[in-house]
Amino acid sequence: MKFAGLVWANLKRKKIRTLLTLLSILVAFVLFGYLSAITRALAQGVDVAGADRLVVRHKVSIIQFLPENYESQIEQIPGVAEAVHATWFGGIYQKPSNFFPQLPVKPQEYLSMYPEFLLSPEEKARWLETRTGAVVGRATADRFGWKVGDRVPIQATIWTHDDGQKTWDFDIVGIYDGAERGTDTTVFLFRWDFFDEARDWGEGQVGWYIVRVKDPSEAAAVAKRIDDQFANSPAETKAETEGAFVQGFAEQVGNIGAIMVAILAAVFFTILLVAGNTMAYAVRERTGELAVLKAVGFTDGQVLGLVLAEALALSSLGGLLGLGLGWFLISLGDPTNGALPIFYFPARDIVLGAVLVIALGVAAGIFPALQAGRLRIADALRRL
Amino acid sequence: MSGTNGNLVQVEGVSKFFRRGSEEIHVLEGLDLQVPEGEFLALMGPSGSGKSTLLNLIGGLDRPNKGEVTVKGERIDRLSERKLAAWRARHVGLVFQFYNLLPVLSAARNVELPLLLTHLSKAERRKHVESALGVVGLSHRMRHLPGELSGGEQQRVGIARGIVTDPTLILCDEPTGDLDRKSGDEVLDLLQALNREHKKTIIMVTHDPHAAARASRRLYLDKGQLSTEPME
Repeated sequence: MKFAGLVWANLKRKKIRTLLTLLSILVAFVLFGYLSAITRALAQGVDVAGADRLVVRHKVSIIQFLPENYESQIEQIPGVAEAVHATWFGGIYQKPSNFFPQLPVKPQEYLSMYPEFLLSPEEKARWLETRTGAVVGRATADRFGWKVGDRVPIQATIWTHDDGQKTWDFDIVGIYDGAERGTDTTVFLFRWDFFDEARDWGEGQVGWYIVRVKDPSEAAAVAKRIDDQFANSPAETKAETEGAFVQGFAEQVGNIGAIMVAILAAVFFTILLVAGNTMAYAVRERTGELAVLKAVGFTDGQVLGLVLAEALALSSLGGLLGLGLGWFLISLGDPTNGALPIFYFPARDIVLGAVLVIALGVAAGIFPALQAGRLRIADALRRL
Repeated sequence: MSGTNGNLVQVEGVSKFFRRGSEEIHVLEGLDLQVPEGEFLALMGPSGSGKSTLLNLIGGLDRPNKGEVTVKGERIDRLSERKLAAWRARHVGLVFQFYNLLPVLSAARNVELPLLLTHLSKAERRKHVESALGVVGLSHRMRHLPGELSGGEQQRVGIARGIVTDPTLILCDEPTGDLDRKSGDEVLDLLQALNREHKKTIIMVTHDPHAAARASRRLYLDKGQLSTEPME
């Protein structure tokens, strides 16, 4: 600790240079936080996907419909515990940027399939009593300031009323919470029977099925049985685990993980050059002073340690401030207004960030520190 | 224990050369020197004569290519780098021509630097620093940065840093070389007082006969050899 003052004094020597380097490191770690949160948001569905749930969609594409009567057929297939369908509504609340998913579903069956959606018995009962009733996740309710009893108009983009109207009015009867941090609480659920009767086309057609298997280790075999069941029919299916389905959905824009790693690697390599350059200059400018330290009795190791400590202090200050600022900005919420419903800075990545802070400090400081440690006193003093 | 034959510093048959490309530049050739304890020795000689090189060898800042350097009975030319650093911290106080203070540290913290290598507590270090700055008459300038001090004051801070660990030996390389006459005299008064009143052994390299006159003995170095009179 007695050397801390010396390290700090040296950092303050060139204030502008130190500040600019700190800012570079800070920005890099804010970016790291954001990319971690985005990666996690895109992968979160995979992580929280039920191991015992399959998603069954039209073999051609998710936007092709399946008949509603598949439900009872699927439930007859060996290994299937239950099946429930959902359909993409794709409505707009006030303006297109207010994105959130809306799904017409069968209330009891759907909530049974997704026990992680926590709804009180009273709210559940109210939903069953109210044909125009909808339950909405906490995140979306908070986002728009909705509360139970509100009437919410949703503008249809796909499904118009049978009387030609585009506006669907729903009564909020419940707000669900997630059982886990990663549970999606942005979904807006409303009653399938109301939807199916009121829409002007597509009656008896659904978007996809969610199937619970009795034994998760049998999931692949059950998925094959489902696809075999509907092979050569007008609406062939593709069944896969919920995790694979979500991952496939996320990877439509490419291998997100690899893209994020590539961006971060480029950012950190650049920052390493910036911080390394700062330290190299700092040592070069102070050759004489380092020689004096050695002359008064500092060992090679102590001088090496001082320079390394300076690099570590620089990266720690910038990095930890960056991680903190990143955490704060991320905690303000999803910057895309709904495209990333689960948006947070994972604890695991905060720890990884802290490790990167140390690694950056060591990598930026080690060569200048070795150079300082190897400095020959007489040669350095002669150059003064 | 005192050095060989009662000398604090004993230099025997020391040679030192430097390489410049393929060329070897011989600075010291089989040089002998004895410095008794309590002496104030002035080393004079023309530029490039090897005065500073000899001072560096005695202070353990460099190593001879040949010969022995013994200080207070210890062969310092044979010490490992780590032991030599510890030896310097314990036995040598250095005073440089251009003061070589760290510009980002206050006078007090510059003086404290060698004490960071000891086991002294913060309070004890502070006491030693106050005492050293008191000896050089700068107790009132403790918190000032070097840039806020005159050249003479900076050199006095440099001397305080040199004496704060109560070293066996004080080595001064042109201590008045960057000062005006008045400030130089103040520094020389101080060195003389350290020698006379505090019994410090001082070896001072200087070009200046006026400065050398303050020493108790003068030696002249030229062409790698020492003599008691300037060579023609």
